[in-house]
Amino acid sequence: MLAYIVRRLLYAIPILIGVNLLTFALFFMVNSPDQMAQAQLGDKHMDPQAIEAWKAQRGYDKPLFINDAEDSDGLLTDTIFFDKSVRLFVLDFGKSDEGRSIAEDIQQRMWPSLAVALPTFVIGLAVNIVFALFVVMFRASLFDTAAMVACVVLMSISGVFYVFAGQFFFARMWNLVPISGYLGGMDAIRFLILPVIIGVIGGIGSGTRLYRTLFLEEANKDYVRTARAKGVPELTVLFRHILPNGLIPILTSVVVVIPSLFMGSLLVESFFGIPGLGSYTLDAIQAQDFAVVRSMVFLGSILYIVGLILTDISYTLVDPRVRLS
Amino acid sequence: MEMLMTVKPVLLWSDWLIFLLVLTLILFFINLGKNPVARKRWRSVFASRVGMASFLVIVFYVLIALLDSMHFRYPLDKLEGSDEQHYSQEVNSLLDVVLEDLRGHDEKTYSSPFAIHSFSKENRTLENGQVVRDYPRLEYAGSHLRKHETVGSDVFERSMNALVVGLGIALVLALLIQLLRRLTGKQASAWLPWKTVYLTLGGLILVTVWILQVGGYYHILGTNKVGQDVLFQAIKAVRTGVLIGTLATLITLPIAVILGIAAGYFKGLIDDVVQYIYTTLSSIPGILLIAASVLLIDVYIETHAEQFRLSAERADFQFLALCFILGMTSWTGLCRLLRAETLKVSQLDYVQAARAFGVSHSRIIGKHILPNVTHIVLIALVLDFSGFVLAEAVLSYIGVGVDPSMASWGNMINEARAELSREPVVWWSVSAAFVMMFVLVLAANLFADRVRDAFDPRTVN
Repeated sequence: MLAYIVRRLLYAIPILIGVNLLTFALFFMVNSPDQMAQAQLGDKHMDPQAIEAWKAQRGYDKPLFINDAEDSDGLLTDTIFFDKSVRLFVLDFGKSDEGRSIAEDIQQRMWPSLAVALPTFVIGLAVNIVFALFVVMFRASLFDTAAMVACVVLMSISGVFYVFAGQFFFARMWNLVPISGYLGGMDAIRFLILPVIIGVIGGIGSGTRLYRTLFLEEANKDYVRTARAKGVPELTVLFRHILPNGLIPILTSVVVVIPSLFMGSLLVESFFGIPGLGSYTLDAIQAQDFAVVRSMVFLGSILYIVGLILTDISYTLVDPRVRLS
Repeated sequence: MEMLMTVKPVLLWSDWLIFLLVLTLILFFINLGKNPVARKRWRSVFASRVGMASFLVIVFYVLIALLDSMHFRYPLDKLEGSDEQHYSQEVNSLLDVVLEDLRGHDEKTYSSPFAIHSFSKENRTLENGQVVRDYPRLEYAGSHLRKHETVGSDVFERSMNALVVGLGIALVLALLIQLLRRLTGKQASAWLPWKTVYLTLGGLILVTVWILQVGGYYHILGTNKVGQDVLFQAIKAVRTGVLIGTLATLITLPIAVILGIAAGYFKGLIDDVVQYIYTTLSSIPGILLIAASVLLIDVYIETHAEQFRLSAERADFQFLALCFILGMTSWTGLCRLLRAETLKVSQLDYVQAARAFGVSHSRIIGKHILPNVTHIVLIALVLDFSGFVLAEAVLSYIGVGVDPSMASWGNMINEARAELSREPVVWWSVSAAFVMMFVLVLAANLFADRVRDAFDPRTVN
């Protein structure tokens, strides 16, 4: 198992290099370091010296990928790409183009992101499982059909609509919660209620439908039929047989997103003005702050890969037949 | 009509693509007759009432999108002493001509649905020189009304009129279909849910006729900030929605199919490379990739302004780029599925036998593998469609969507940020966008379910 995890982590290195290459290529395809410097310095400091100084200070004064001027050992290493990528691998995010420490920003903004994403994830999962179980209890009935129609309708409504409706009714009409914004400490709860509720509602349609299918698959298996034939009460079958076994595919399928919860949700955070990592990234993209964008993409990729590894591990935990090799 | 003879047609890149797409789909359906298994599965899709009704609604949306994809520029009046013909910088479409009454009647600013007075007060000088502050009459909406006529009775009269005309058209159409069925033999098409067909077609025709009849006299869904008819904007946005739903998958479909099948069939090094590519791409958070790419394209357009002579061309380029990026974030899933399925299929005995006989790789892939994995492509296509339509709204809302000059539901929703905080609330523009989008996405979701039920081997019994 340990050997497997180590190998997976080693395999992550080429992937992360690829991610970095892609972000670099995308960014510099249209945006030369000169243009970045101009955008950051503004029109006032347009003289070439200021631009050169800006580039030198931030390490953008080297060639992008290949340094022809150097001999063989500096050919690939004395470049912007190598310089900036190697630091990322030891999680040294450096400074943003504006001069702030990215690592500090991330530490500070991680908590609001987590404060929204974690409750949304946990409550959403619980609600969806309960709903799905309820529908499975009344399977092949009118209630089942009606619930599935409701799910498709919920899925077809734009997520933005839930945000608008929530902000309009809860915040404006009934004045229960603030429309948007964020405060630290216990005050945060007031600001978190609405985003969490809307996040949960937005996911009910697809979640309930998917979990119902998984539970139904379980309900059609032989051991369930045997249990019923033996005269086990329907509720016992549901909670003792179908629920625990149906939970396995559900839980293993959501493990992959758990590490990414740190990144927060770009959308929810920008809708509700929550100063988390999602809105941090969005602001950086709009300000063309390449250092921040690169760090966030890198962090996101790492968390995703960790999620994949956790998924594999979770398989072995719930199913002893699975061996990692 | 005379004007239409002298116009200069404009073919945007997305126009090319949508016509190509519709042509491929038609060829695909004609070709379907040859494969009895596929025909049986499609039959089960269209035999269900939900499948048929949602299909007709989708076709209705696609027809609007097609009508809106026939672009042209009006000629300008010739200059004194010059024979050279110049054309307007504005690009129009056939849909603009059909909805001329809705398009041309721009008011000054907001007005609510069916209103004949403006939404905000204005200073007005009376004949005796006195200045009063009240709601001015709208320039176009209800301007035909005589003194004692009320809006309610007039709208009712026109609606009844539209009802009669609409029912007439629907009846003629129904008779034509019946006649056609008699001629081809009634049994042949008895499996279709005809009642649903007639009801859906009738409903769509009634709505269309009603909009054309009443929309010229009132703003059925009000007007937006600059006085444009909201209903017209919402209809214009159909093209954006339909195109983004289809093109986003289709542009990157070849990549997914080629790489997926190659990886599963050739295995070895090719498999490793392909797996590396899609793991790398899918490990980047999708929305980040989209947002970053879109903003980069903005920069590209700014620095290469000379390549885009018309503003419509610029918007079109940005739109296609958005489709491509959306596709880029989604093809990896399809690629993974195709690889797994190809791995499975190429282990089957008849493929092994074909290999042993020395049949060429391209022939094995074309004849044996491709037909056996098409259902995966098809299911992915229909399932992704609604997701992309919804994604457009969200992306435009956070400012990384289509060009602001392009009519889209996302742009309409984006404007609602300011509208919803007004007092009283301007609700009609954003509601129109949500409803139009909801109908399309619901139809697409229902249709996708039917297609999946019919084609997914796990659900086919």
